[in-house]
Amino acid sequence: MSEPLIFHFDVDGDNFTSAGQASTQVKKNLRQLGLSPDIIRRVSIAMYEGEINMVIHANGGTADVIVTEQYIEIILADKGPGIPNVEQAMQEGFSTATDSIRSLGFGAGMGLPNMKRYTDTLEIDTMVGVGTTITMYVYL
Amino acid sequence: MKISEIRDLLGAEVLCCEEYLDRDVYSACGSDMMSDVLMYVKDQAVLLTGLTNPQVIRTAEMMDMKCIVFVRSKKPTEAMIEMAADDDIVMMASDMRMYDACGTLYVNGLIGTAVHV
Repeated sequence: MSEPLIFHFDVDGDNFTSAGQASTQVKKNLRQLGLSPDIIRRVSIAMYEGEINMVIHANGGTADVIVTEQYIEIILADKGPGIPNVEQAMQEGFSTATDSIRSLGFGAGMGLPNMKRYTDTLEIDTMVGVGTTITMYVYL
Repeated sequence: MKISEIRDLLGAEVLCCEEYLDRDVYSACGSDMMSDVLMYVKDQAVLLTGLTNPQVIRTAEMMDMKCIVFVRSKKPTEAMIEMAADDDIVMMASDMRMYDACGTLYVNGLIGTAVHV
């Protein structure tokens, strides 16, 4: 694999039921590439948490996954409300999700911490009222 | 523990993938919050939950889980059963409450997921 592989997805913000489809597809693609189960699981969990966040908080967005021989890069971009306090958002248990979201099994304040936990680096570029781009790397 | 033993201990009804009841599982996680479930990585695990929406299946899929048990008499939709079947995840439903179901599996040797990344 000399050239990087790039997978692009549009994440539908109106449909909680379909949230996670992009992560499911990435998991399948990475399996086909023969990567280790541990790497595949880390990438797919981190991406899944991000995808759910985009649906819950930002009315959807885009997801790009770039696979090289050295790393897997996951870029999640939305035009949602932005994150006013990133440090606070990174704390386990902190959440701005509504009770209706919690009743669906999310909004426990573990999304961003889990994304950090399962990746080697996580960068958050956010501006209130403009949107958020999260870039994660998992090294191979 | 074989998945068939989980079925017997919890008096559960198998909803799909009956052909995989002979598989072994080594750990379990009980929660209605999927992000809590996603915190723990452990191979060949069982998820016990009272939540019934498609994200339960996706969470189990991301975690490479082998079996989902719905507690408190909760029943998934046909679409959810199809999703689980596509992923080769054994799905079952029990009338037991979460606390009792987890306790029953624990005392019979299926420990929790104490280690996380």
